[in-house]
Amino acid sequence: MESLPVYDSSRRGLPALEELRELLRYSNLVIQTARRNIVVRYKRSILGIAWTMLNPLGTTLILSFVFSRVFGGASSYAVYVLSGLLCWTFFAQTTSDSMHNLIWGGNLLKRIYVPRTVFAVSAILTGLINMAFSLVPLMVVMLITQVPIRPTMLILPIPALFLAMFALGVGLILSTIAIYFIDVTEMYTILLTAWFYLSPVIYRKEMLPQDYAWVVHLNPMYYLINLFRAPIFDGRIPALSEFVVAAAIALSTLVVGWVWFSSRADDFAYRI
Amino acid sequence: MTLPTASDSVVDIPVSQPLTDSSDTRVSNLMEAIRLENVGVCYRAPSERIPSIKEYTIRWLQGKIKHREFWALQDVNLSVAKGETLGLIGHNGAGKSTLLKLIARVLRPTTGRVLVLGNVAPLLEYGAGFHPELTGRENIYLNGALLGYSRKQMDEKFERIVDFAELWDFIDAPLRTYSSGMWARLGFAVATDVQPDILIVDEVLSVGDEAFQRKSADRMQEFRDRGATILLVSHNMSLIEEMCQRAAWLDHGRLMAVGKPDEVIRAYRQSQA
Repeated sequence: MESLPVYDSSRRGLPALEELRELLRYSNLVIQTARRNIVVRYKRSILGIAWTMLNPLGTTLILSFVFSRVFGGASSYAVYVLSGLLCWTFFAQTTSDSMHNLIWGGNLLKRIYVPRTVFAVSAILTGLINMAFSLVPLMVVMLITQVPIRPTMLILPIPALFLAMFALGVGLILSTIAIYFIDVTEMYTILLTAWFYLSPVIYRKEMLPQDYAWVVHLNPMYYLINLFRAPIFDGRIPALSEFVVAAAIALSTLVVGWVWFSSRADDFAYRI
Repeated sequence: MTLPTASDSVVDIPVSQPLTDSSDTRVSNLMEAIRLENVGVCYRAPSERIPSIKEYTIRWLQGKIKHREFWALQDVNLSVAKGETLGLIGHNGAGKSTLLKLIARVLRPTTGRVLVLGNVAPLLEYGAGFHPELTGRENIYLNGALLGYSRKQMDEKFERIVDFAELWDFIDAPLRTYSSGMWARLGFAVATDVQPDILIVDEVLSVGDEAFQRKSADRMQEFRDRGATILLVSHNMSLIEEMCQRAAWLDHGRLMAVGKPDEVIRAYRQSQA
Protein backbone atom coordinates (compact mmCIF):
# COMPACT_ATOMS: atom_id res chain seq x y z
CA MET A 1 0.00 0.00 0.00
CA GLU A 2 1.38 3.36 -0.93
CA SER A 3 1.42 5.80 1.93
CA LEU A 4 -0.51 8.95 1.27
CA PRO A 5 -0.15 12.14 3.23
CA VAL A 6 -3.02 12.53 5.66
CA TYR A 7 -4.30 15.90 6.74
CA ASP A 8 -6.45 15.96 9.84
CA SER A 9 -7.58 19.40 10.93
CA SER A 10 -8.30 18.21 14.46
CA ARG A 11 -4.82 16.89 15.05
CA ARG A 12 -2.45 19.62 16.09
CA GLY A 13 1.10 19.40 17.27
CA LEU A 14 2.99 22.39 18.55
CA PRO A 15 2.32 25.11 15.98
CA ALA A 16 5.89 26.43 16.20
CA LEU A 17 7.41 23.04 15.41
CA GLU A 18 4.86 22.22 12.73
CA GLU A 19 5.61 25.51 11.04
CA LEU A 20 9.32 24.77 11.11
CA ARG A 21 8.81 21.35 9.57
CA GLU A 22 6.61 22.76 6.83
CA LEU A 23 9.07 25.54 6.12
CA LEU A 24 11.86 23.02 5.58
CA ARG A 25 9.60 21.12 3.18
CA TYR A 26 9.05 24.35 1.25
CA SER A 27 12.69 25.46 1.26
CA ASN A 28 12.65 25.66 -2.52
CA LEU A 29 9.90 28.26 -2.28
CA VAL A 30 12.04 30.37 0.05
CA ILE A 31 14.90 30.26 -2.45
CA GLN A 32 12.70 30.94 -5.46
CA THR A 33 10.99 33.85 -3.72
CA ALA A 34 14.29 35.43 -2.71
CA ARG A 35 15.51 34.95 -6.25
CA ARG A 36 12.39 36.60 -7.59
CA ASN A 37 12.79 39.54 -5.19
CA ILE A 38 16.30 40.22 -6.43
CA VAL A 39 15.70 39.57 -10.12
CA VAL A 40 12.48 41.57 -10.31
CA ARG A 41 13.91 44.59 -8.57
CA TYR A 42 16.55 45.17 -11.21
CA LYS A 43 14.83 43.62 -14.19
CA ARG A 44 14.23 46.77 -16.17
CA SER A 45 17.22 48.83 -15.08
CA ILE A 46 20.26 48.99 -17.32
CA LEU A 47 22.85 48.58 -14.59
CA GLY A 48 20.83 45.76 -13.07
CA ILE A 49 22.27 44.00 -10.06
CA ALA A 50 25.10 46.55 -9.87
CA TRP A 51 22.63 48.82 -8.09
CA THR A 52 22.89 46.59 -5.03
CA MET A 53 26.45 47.84 -4.75
CA LEU A 54 26.02 51.34 -6.12
CA ASN A 55 23.26 52.22 -3.67
CA PRO A 56 25.26 51.88 -0.43
CA LEU A 57 28.32 53.32 -2.16
CA GLY A 58 26.45 56.48 -3.08
CA THR A 59 24.97 56.86 0.39
CA THR A 60 28.38 56.41 1.98
CA LEU A 61 30.06 58.93 -0.28
CA ILE A 62 27.48 61.51 0.70
CA LEU A 63 27.60 60.66 4.39
CA SER A 64 31.38 60.57 4.55
CA PHE A 65 31.56 63.87 2.75
CA VAL A 66 29.13 65.40 5.21
CA PHE A 67 30.93 63.96 8.20
CA SER A 68 34.54 64.45 7.20
CA ARG A 69 34.22 67.82 5.45
CA VAL A 70 31.32 69.48 7.19
CA PHE A 71 31.87 68.11 10.69
CA GLY A 72 35.60 67.59 10.24
CA GLY A 73 35.95 63.92 11.18
CA ALA A 74 38.59 61.45 10.03
CA SER A 75 38.33 60.01 6.53
CA SER A 76 38.22 56.49 7.99
CA TYR A 77 34.86 57.60 9.25
CA ALA A 78 33.30 56.50 5.99
CA VAL A 79 34.07 52.89 6.84
CA TYR A 80 32.59 53.33 10.28
CA VAL A 81 29.40 54.69 8.80
CA LEU A 82 29.16 52.22 5.94
CA SER A 83 29.65 49.14 8.13
CA GLY A 84 26.89 50.36 10.43
CA LEU A 85 24.72 51.27 7.53
CA LEU A 86 24.94 47.77 6.06
CA CYS A 87 23.48 46.39 9.29
CA TRP A 88 20.85 49.04 9.51
CA THR A 89 19.72 48.78 5.89
CA PHE A 90 19.50 45.04 6.26
CA PHE A 91 17.42 45.30 9.40
CA ALA A 92 15.10 48.08 8.23
CA GLN A 93 14.50 46.50 4.83
CA THR A 94 13.95 42.90 5.89
CA THR A 95 11.61 43.73 8.76
CA SER A 96 9.45 45.99 6.56
CA ASP A 97 9.53 43.49 3.71
CA SER A 98 8.41 40.64 5.98
CA MET A 99 5.32 42.61 6.78
CA HIS A 100 4.59 43.75 3.25
CA ASN A 101 5.26 40.34 1.72
CA LEU A 102 2.75 38.70 4.03
CA ILE A 103 0.12 41.26 3.19
CA TRP A 104 0.96 41.08 -0.51
CA GLY A 105 0.94 37.32 -0.33
CA GLY A 106 -2.45 37.42 1.34
CA ASN A 107 -4.13 36.87 -1.96
CA LEU A 108 -2.18 33.71 -2.38
CA LEU A 109 -2.73 32.60 1.20
CA LYS A 110 -6.43 32.45 0.48
CA ARG A 111 -6.03 30.03 -2.36
CA ILE A 112 -3.19 27.71 -1.65
CA TYR A 113 -1.43 26.33 1.38
CA VAL A 114 2.09 27.57 1.98
CA PRO A 115 3.83 27.85 5.34
CA ARG A 116 3.19 31.42 6.45
CA THR A 117 6.74 32.00 7.61
CA VAL A 118 7.90 31.68 3.99
CA PHE A 119 7.31 35.38 3.45
CA ALA A 120 9.45 36.59 6.33
CA VAL A 121 12.19 34.01 5.83
CA SER A 122 12.55 34.81 2.14
CA ALA A 123 12.72 38.52 3.00
CA ILE A 124 15.65 37.72 5.30
CA LEU A 125 17.36 35.61 2.66
CA THR A 126 16.94 38.41 0.13
CA GLY A 127 18.46 40.86 2.62
CA LEU A 128 21.43 38.58 3.30
CA ILE A 129 22.18 38.32 -0.40
CA ASN A 130 21.96 42.09 -0.79
CA MET A 131 24.22 42.54 2.22
CA ALA A 132 26.81 40.20 0.75
CA PHE A 133 26.81 42.26 -2.45
CA SER A 134 27.24 45.43 -0.38
CA LEU A 135 30.52 44.13 1.01
CA VAL A 136 32.09 44.94 -2.36
CA PRO A 137 31.57 48.73 -2.15
CA LEU A 138 32.54 48.51 1.52
CA MET A 139 35.92 47.12 0.58
CA VAL A 140 36.28 49.73 -2.15
CA VAL A 141 35.75 52.44 0.45
CA MET A 142 38.22 50.70 2.77
CA LEU A 143 40.86 50.76 0.03
CA ILE A 144 40.23 54.43 -0.74
CA THR A 145 40.31 55.53 2.88
CA GLN A 146 43.22 53.22 3.70
CA VAL A 147 41.46 51.29 6.41
CA PRO A 148 43.25 47.92 6.34
CA ILE A 149 41.22 44.94 5.16
CA ARG A 150 41.98 42.33 7.78
CA PRO A 151 41.27 38.57 7.86
CA THR A 152 39.08 39.25 10.90
CA MET A 153 36.36 40.00 8.35
CA LEU A 154 36.07 36.29 7.73
CA ILE A 155 34.11 36.08 10.96
CA LEU A 156 31.35 38.31 9.55
CA PRO A 157 28.93 35.44 8.79
CA ILE A 158 28.41 35.02 12.55
CA PRO A 159 27.35 38.61 13.31
CA ALA A 160 25.28 38.50 10.11
CA LEU A 161 23.54 35.35 11.33
CA PHE A 162 22.66 36.97 14.67
CA LEU A 163 21.42 40.04 12.87
CA ALA A 164 19.29 37.87 10.60
CA MET A 165 17.80 35.99 13.57
CA PHE A 166 16.94 39.24 15.30
CA ALA A 167 15.43 40.73 12.15
CA LEU A 168 13.38 37.57 11.53
CA GLY A 169 12.01 37.69 15.06
CA VAL A 170 11.09 41.36 14.77
CA GLY A 171 9.67 40.80 11.27
CA LEU A 172 7.42 37.99 12.51
CA ILE A 173 6.18 40.03 15.46
CA LEU A 174 5.41 42.95 13.14
CA SER A 175 3.69 40.68 10.61
CA THR A 176 1.45 39.23 13.29
CA ILE A 177 0.40 42.69 14.43
CA ALA A 178 -0.01 43.89 10.83
CA ILE A 179 -2.59 41.19 10.12
CA TYR A 180 -4.83 42.74 12.77
CA PHE A 181 -3.80 46.38 12.35
CA ILE A 182 -2.60 47.32 8.92
CA ASP A 183 -1.70 50.76 10.30
CA VAL A 184 1.38 49.23 11.85
CA THR A 185 3.11 49.31 8.48
CA GLU A 186 2.91 53.12 8.46
CA MET A 187 3.75 53.50 12.13
CA TYR A 188 6.78 51.30 11.73
CA THR A 189 8.21 53.63 9.09
CA ILE A 190 8.22 56.43 11.64
CA LEU A 191 9.51 54.17 14.38
CA LEU A 192 12.39 53.11 12.13
CA THR A 193 13.51 56.70 11.68
CA ALA A 194 13.60 57.25 15.43
CA TRP A 195 15.33 53.93 15.96
CA PHE A 196 17.94 54.81 13.36
CA TYR A 197 19.00 57.92 15.24
CA LEU A 198 19.00 56.01 18.53
CA SER A 199 21.47 53.52 17.06
CA PRO A 200 25.13 54.37 16.65
CA VAL A 201 25.12 54.06 12.88
CA ILE A 202 26.33 57.47 11.76
CA TYR A 203 27.69 58.64 15.13
CA ARG A 204 29.89 57.08 17.76
CA LYS A 205 28.43 56.27 21.13
CA GLU A 206 31.09 58.47 22.71
CA MET A 207 29.68 61.47 20.86
CA LEU A 208 26.47 61.27 22.86
CA PRO A 209 26.06 63.35 26.02
CA GLN A 210 26.72 61.17 29.08
CA ASP A 211 23.12 61.53 30.20
CA TYR A 212 21.84 59.74 27.11
CA ALA A 213 24.31 56.87 26.98
CA TRP A 214 21.94 54.52 28.79
CA VAL A 215 19.39 54.82 25.96
CA VAL A 216 21.88 53.26 23.59
CA HIS A 217 22.46 50.39 25.99
CA LEU A 218 18.78 49.52 25.92
CA ASN A 219 18.88 49.30 22.16
CA PRO A 220 19.42 45.73 20.91
CA MET A 221 20.69 47.04 17.58
CA TYR A 222 23.62 48.66 19.39
CA TYR A 223 25.06 45.28 20.33
CA LEU A 224 24.36 43.72 16.97
CA ILE A 225 25.89 46.60 15.02
CA ASN A 226 28.97 46.63 17.24
CA LEU A 227 29.50 42.94 16.74
CA PHE A 228 29.32 43.41 12.98
CA ARG A 229 31.47 46.51 12.92
CA ALA A 230 34.36 45.37 15.12
CA PRO A 231 35.92 42.96 12.59
CA ILE A 232 35.67 45.56 9.82
CA PHE A 233 36.41 48.92 11.36
CA ASP A 234 38.51 47.95 14.38
CA GLY A 235 39.97 44.88 12.72
CA ARG A 236 39.49 42.81 15.86
CA ILE A 237 37.64 39.64 16.77
CA PRO A 238 34.88 40.64 19.20
CA ALA A 239 35.18 39.40 22.77
CA LEU A 240 33.24 36.33 23.84
CA SER A 241 30.96 38.45 26.02
CA GLU A 242 30.00 40.52 22.98
CA PHE A 243 29.06 37.35 21.12
CA VAL A 244 27.05 36.04 24.04
CA VAL A 245 25.00 39.22 24.44
CA ALA A 246 24.24 39.42 20.72
CA ALA A 247 23.36 35.72 20.56
CA ALA A 248 21.01 36.03 23.52
CA ILE A 249 19.22 39.00 21.96
CA ALA A 250 18.95 37.30 18.59
CA LEU A 251 17.78 33.93 19.87
CA SER A 252 15.22 35.24 22.34
CA THR A 253 13.68 37.61 19.79
CA LEU A 254 13.52 34.88 17.18
CA VAL A 255 11.88 32.38 19.53
CA VAL A 256 9.29 34.89 20.74
CA GLY A 257 8.49 36.01 17.18
CA TRP A 258 8.36 32.48 15.77
CA VAL A 259 6.19 31.02 18.52
CA TRP A 260 3.75 33.93 18.53
CA PHE A 261 3.51 34.11 14.75
CA SER A 262 2.92 30.37 14.30
CA SER A 263 0.34 30.24 17.06
CA ARG A 264 -1.62 32.91 15.19
CA ALA A 265 -0.93 31.68 11.68
CA ASP A 266 -4.21 29.76 11.33
CA ASP A 267 -6.07 32.96 11.91
CA PHE A 268 -4.44 34.76 9.00
CA ALA A 269 -6.54 33.24 6.23
CA TYR A 270 -9.60 34.44 8.13
CA ARG A 271 -8.29 37.99 8.42
CA ILE A 272 -6.47 38.89 5.26
CA MET B 1 -17.34 1.89 7.49
CA THR B 2 -18.75 1.66 4.04
CA LEU B 3 -19.10 4.56 1.79
CA PRO B 4 -20.88 4.77 -1.50
CA THR B 5 -18.36 4.26 -4.23
CA ALA B 6 -18.38 6.39 -7.29
CA SER B 7 -20.31 3.91 -9.38
CA ASP B 8 -23.08 3.50 -6.84
CA SER B 9 -24.04 7.15 -7.00
CA VAL B 10 -26.28 6.77 -4.01
CA VAL B 11 -28.76 9.56 -3.70
CA ASP B 12 -29.43 10.84 -0.26
CA ILE B 13 -31.43 14.01 -0.10
CA PRO B 14 -31.19 15.67 2.36
CA VAL B 15 -27.86 14.74 3.85
CA SER B 16 -28.04 12.72 6.98
CA GLN B 17 -25.15 10.41 6.49
CA PRO B 18 -23.99 9.19 9.88
CA LEU B 19 -20.23 9.21 10.13
CA THR B 20 -18.89 6.40 12.21
CA ASP B 21 -16.25 6.47 14.92
CA SER B 22 -14.91 9.98 14.73
CA SER B 23 -12.48 9.08 17.50
CA ASP B 24 -10.45 7.10 14.99
CA THR B 25 -7.77 9.52 13.86
CA ARG B 26 -6.63 7.48 10.92
CA VAL B 27 -8.46 7.48 7.67
CA SER B 28 -8.80 3.75 7.63
CA ASN B 29 -11.09 3.42 4.68
CA LEU B 30 -9.03 3.37 1.55
CA MET B 31 -11.99 4.32 -0.55
CA GLU B 32 -12.43 7.61 1.18
CA ALA B 33 -10.43 10.65 0.09
CA ILE B 34 -12.15 13.48 1.93
CA ARG B 35 -14.35 13.55 4.99
CA LEU B 36 -15.94 16.57 6.64
CA GLU B 37 -17.49 16.05 10.07
CA ASN B 38 -19.85 18.69 11.47
CA VAL B 39 -17.71 21.33 9.88
CA GLY B 40 -18.38 24.98 10.54
CA VAL B 41 -16.45 28.04 9.46
CA CYS B 42 -17.10 31.28 11.26
CA TYR B 43 -15.67 34.57 10.13
CA ARG B 44 -15.53 37.18 12.83
CA ALA B 45 -15.46 40.77 11.76
CA PRO B 46 -15.63 43.76 14.06
CA SER B 47 -19.16 45.06 13.73
CA GLU B 48 -17.96 48.64 13.57
CA ARG B 49 -14.85 50.26 12.25
CA ILE B 50 -12.45 51.08 15.05
CA PRO B 51 -10.33 53.99 13.89
CA SER B 52 -7.10 53.53 15.82
CA ILE B 53 -5.06 51.16 17.86
CA LYS B 54 -5.48 53.40 20.89
CA GLU B 55 -9.24 53.24 20.58
CA TYR B 56 -9.07 49.52 19.99
CA THR B 57 -6.92 48.96 23.06
CA ILE B 58 -9.26 50.97 25.24
CA ARG B 59 -12.30 49.07 24.05
CA TRP B 60 -10.52 45.77 24.25
CA LEU B 61 -9.62 46.44 27.86
CA GLN B 62 -13.19 47.40 28.54
CA GLY B 63 -14.36 44.27 26.76
CA LYS B 64 -16.45 46.35 24.45
CA ILE B 65 -15.40 45.04 21.10
CA LYS B 66 -18.39 43.60 19.35
CA HIS B 67 -17.88 41.11 16.61
CA ARG B 68 -20.35 40.22 13.99
CA GLU B 69 -20.24 36.52 13.43
CA PHE B 70 -20.77 35.14 10.01
CA TRP B 71 -21.01 31.43 9.49
CA ALA B 72 -19.74 30.72 5.99
CA LEU B 73 -20.33 27.01 6.58
CA GLN B 74 -22.38 25.23 9.20
CA ASP B 75 -22.87 21.58 10.16
CA VAL B 76 -21.45 20.25 6.95
CA ASN B 77 -21.04 16.50 6.78
CA LEU B 78 -19.67 15.20 3.55
CA SER B 79 -17.67 12.27 2.38
CA VAL B 80 -15.97 12.06 -0.98
CA ALA B 81 -14.80 8.72 -2.25
CA LYS B 82 -11.42 8.21 -3.80
CA GLY B 83 -11.66 8.60 -7.56
CA GLU B 84 -14.94 10.40 -7.41
CA THR B 85 -15.67 13.62 -9.24
CA LEU B 86 -17.89 15.79 -7.08
CA GLY B 87 -19.53 18.94 -8.33
CA LEU B 88 -20.32 21.81 -5.98
CA ILE B 89 -23.20 24.06 -6.86
CA GLY B 90 -24.96 26.95 -5.21
CA HIS B 91 -25.31 30.66 -5.68
CA ASN B 92 -22.48 33.11 -5.00
CA GLY B 93 -21.54 33.29 -1.35
CA ALA B 94 -23.11 29.94 -0.54
CA GLY B 95 -19.82 28.63 0.86
CA LYS B 96 -18.44 26.68 -2.09
CA SER B 97 -15.07 28.37 -2.13
CA THR B 98 -14.83 28.20 1.65
CA LEU B 99 -15.36 24.47 1.45
CA LEU B 100 -12.58 24.16 -1.11
CA LYS B 101 -10.28 26.21 1.13
CA LEU B 102 -10.83 23.78 3.98
CA ILE B 103 -9.78 20.89 1.80
CA ALA B 104 -6.78 22.77 0.41
CA ARG B 105 -5.61 23.40 4.02
CA VAL B 106 -5.91 27.13 3.55
CA LEU B 107 -8.49 27.44 6.30
CA ARG B 108 -8.79 25.43 9.46
CA PRO B 109 -12.43 24.86 10.41
CA THR B 110 -13.84 26.75 13.37
CA THR B 111 -15.75 23.68 14.45
CA GLY B 112 -15.72 20.07 13.37
CA ARG B 113 -13.07 18.17 11.56
CA VAL B 114 -11.62 17.90 8.07
CA LEU B 115 -9.81 14.79 6.93
CA VAL B 116 -7.98 14.64 3.63
CA LEU B 117 -6.12 11.63 2.33
CA GLY B 118 -3.57 12.34 -0.38
CA ASN B 119 -1.99 15.44 -1.77
CA VAL B 120 -4.20 18.25 -2.93
CA ALA B 121 -3.51 20.42 -5.94
CA PRO B 122 -5.58 23.53 -6.32
CA LEU B 123 -5.84 25.02 -9.77
CA LEU B 124 -4.97 28.62 -9.11
CA GLU B 125 -7.11 31.08 -10.91
CA TYR B 126 -5.78 33.18 -13.70
CA GLY B 127 -2.46 34.79 -12.89
CA ALA B 128 -2.29 33.97 -9.18
CA GLY B 129 1.29 33.30 -8.17
CA PHE B 130 2.83 34.59 -11.38
CA HIS B 131 5.01 37.64 -11.67
CA PRO B 132 4.67 39.76 -14.82
CA GLU B 133 8.31 40.85 -14.92
CA LEU B 134 9.68 37.31 -14.80
CA THR B 135 10.01 35.13 -17.87
CA GLY B 136 7.82 32.13 -18.52
CA ARG B 137 10.72 29.89 -17.52
CA GLU B 138 11.27 31.71 -14.23
CA ASN B 139 7.58 31.68 -13.47
CA ILE B 140 7.34 27.94 -14.00
CA TYR B 141 10.00 27.42 -11.33
CA LEU B 142 8.41 29.94 -8.97
CA ASN B 143 4.94 28.47 -9.41
CA GLY B 144 6.27 24.95 -8.95
CA ALA B 145 7.91 26.00 -5.68
CA LEU B 146 4.59 27.47 -4.58
CA LEU B 147 3.01 24.07 -5.13
CA GLY B 148 5.70 22.53 -2.93
CA TYR B 149 7.97 21.01 -5.57
CA SER B 150 11.75 20.97 -5.21
CA ARG B 151 14.13 22.43 -7.74
CA LYS B 152 15.08 18.97 -8.94
CA GLN B 153 11.45 17.94 -9.43
CA MET B 154 10.89 21.09 -11.44
CA ASP B 155 13.90 20.39 -13.66
CA GLU B 156 12.29 17.06 -14.51
CA LYS B 157 8.91 18.59 -15.19
CA PHE B 158 10.01 21.65 -17.09
CA GLU B 159 9.97 20.30 -20.64
CA ARG B 160 6.67 18.52 -20.26
CA ILE B 161 5.09 21.69 -18.87
CA VAL B 162 6.24 23.86 -21.76
CA ASP B 163 5.21 21.18 -24.23
CA PHE B 164 1.72 21.03 -22.81
CA ALA B 165 1.33 24.79 -22.60
CA GLU B 166 2.72 25.10 -26.15
CA LEU B 167 4.83 28.06 -25.16
CA TRP B 168 8.33 27.17 -26.35
CA ASP B 169 8.49 30.29 -28.54
CA PHE B 170 7.82 32.63 -25.63
CA ILE B 171 9.39 30.82 -22.72
CA ASP B 172 12.14 33.41 -22.19
CA ALA B 173 9.91 36.43 -22.64
CA PRO B 174 8.55 38.23 -19.58
CA LEU B 175 5.02 37.25 -18.67
CA ARG B 176 3.69 40.76 -19.11
CA THR B 177 4.03 40.18 -22.85
CA TYR B 178 1.75 37.10 -22.67
CA SER B 179 -1.92 37.13 -23.55
CA SER B 180 -4.38 36.11 -20.84
CA GLY B 181 -4.87 32.80 -22.59
CA MET B 182 -1.14 32.12 -22.45
CA TRP B 183 -1.05 32.90 -18.71
CA ALA B 184 -3.88 30.48 -18.15
CA ARG B 185 -2.24 27.75 -20.23
CA LEU B 186 0.97 28.09 -18.28
CA GLY B 187 -0.86 27.98 -14.95
CA PHE B 188 -2.86 24.92 -15.90
CA ALA B 189 0.21 23.15 -17.26
CA VAL B 190 2.26 23.69 -14.09
CA ALA B 191 -0.53 22.67 -11.72
CA THR B 192 -1.52 19.53 -13.57
CA ASP B 193 1.81 18.20 -14.80
CA VAL B 194 1.79 15.43 -12.23
CA GLN B 195 -1.49 13.86 -11.33
CA PRO B 196 -2.48 14.95 -7.85
CA ASP B 197 -4.53 12.66 -5.60
CA ILE B 198 -7.11 15.40 -5.27
CA LEU B 199 -7.60 18.15 -7.77
CA ILE B 200 -9.54 21.27 -6.90
CA VAL B 201 -11.03 23.16 -9.80
CA ASP B 202 -12.76 26.43 -9.00
CA GLU B 203 -14.35 27.89 -12.11
CA VAL B 204 -11.16 28.01 -14.07
CA LEU B 205 -11.87 25.77 -16.98
CA SER B 206 -13.29 28.57 -19.03
CA VAL B 207 -9.88 30.00 -19.78
CA GLY B 208 -7.83 29.85 -22.92
CA ASP B 209 -9.08 29.31 -26.43
CA GLU B 210 -11.35 26.48 -27.45
CA ALA B 211 -8.52 24.14 -28.40
CA PHE B 212 -6.86 24.56 -25.03
CA GLN B 213 -10.15 24.15 -23.21
CA ARG B 214 -10.58 20.83 -24.92
CA LYS B 215 -7.04 19.89 -24.05
CA SER B 216 -7.48 20.73 -20.38
CA ALA B 217 -10.82 18.94 -20.23
CA ASP B 218 -9.09 15.88 -21.72
CA ARG B 219 -6.42 16.05 -19.06
CA MET B 220 -9.04 16.19 -16.31
CA GLN B 221 -10.77 13.22 -17.89
CA GLU B 222 -7.46 11.40 -17.92
CA PHE B 223 -6.91 12.12 -14.21
CA ARG B 224 -10.38 10.90 -13.46
CA ASP B 225 -9.83 7.68 -15.35
CA ARG B 226 -6.60 7.12 -13.44
CA GLY B 227 -8.31 7.46 -10.09
CA ALA B 228 -7.86 11.10 -9.07
CA THR B 229 -10.50 12.67 -6.90
CA ILE B 230 -11.80 15.88 -8.38
CA LEU B 231 -13.76 18.68 -6.77
CA LEU B 232 -15.35 20.92 -9.29
CA VAL B 233 -17.05 24.21 -8.61
CA SER B 234 -19.05 25.59 -11.48
CA HIS B 235 -22.14 27.53 -12.38
CA ASN B 236 -22.22 25.60 -15.59
CA MET B 237 -24.80 22.93 -14.81
CA SER B 238 -24.26 20.94 -17.97
CA LEU B 239 -20.57 20.69 -17.15
CA ILE B 240 -21.43 19.39 -13.68
CA GLU B 241 -23.82 16.85 -15.12
CA GLU B 242 -21.33 15.74 -17.71
CA MET B 243 -18.24 15.51 -15.49
CA CYS B 244 -19.49 14.54 -12.04
CA GLN B 245 -20.73 11.34 -10.45
CA ARG B 246 -22.27 13.28 -7.61
CA ALA B 247 -23.16 16.86 -6.93
CA ALA B 248 -23.48 18.76 -3.67
CA TRP B 249 -25.65 21.81 -3.27
CA LEU B 250 -24.70 24.46 -0.76
CA ASP B 251 -26.94 27.27 0.34
CA HIS B 252 -26.09 29.88 2.96
CA GLY B 253 -23.33 27.71 4.32
CA ARG B 254 -25.48 24.62 4.69
CA LEU B 255 -25.33 21.47 2.68
CA MET B 256 -28.79 21.14 1.18
CA ALA B 257 -28.37 18.00 -0.87
CA VAL B 258 -25.85 15.47 -2.12
CA GLY B 259 -26.56 12.94 -4.79
CA LYS B 260 -26.97 12.31 -8.49
CA PRO B 261 -26.13 15.50 -10.36
CA ASP B 262 -29.39 15.76 -12.29
CA GLU B 263 -31.48 15.33 -9.14
CA VAL B 264 -29.47 17.79 -7.08
CA ILE B 265 -29.49 20.31 -9.90
CA ARG B 266 -33.24 19.92 -10.22
CA ALA B 267 -33.70 20.53 -6.50
CA TYR B 268 -31.40 23.54 -6.69
CA ARG B 269 -33.28 25.00 -9.63
CA GLN B 270 -36.63 24.49 -7.95
CA SER B 271 -35.41 26.46 -4.95
CA GLN B 272 -34.37 29.28 -7.22
CA ALA B 273 -37.71 29.51 -8.94
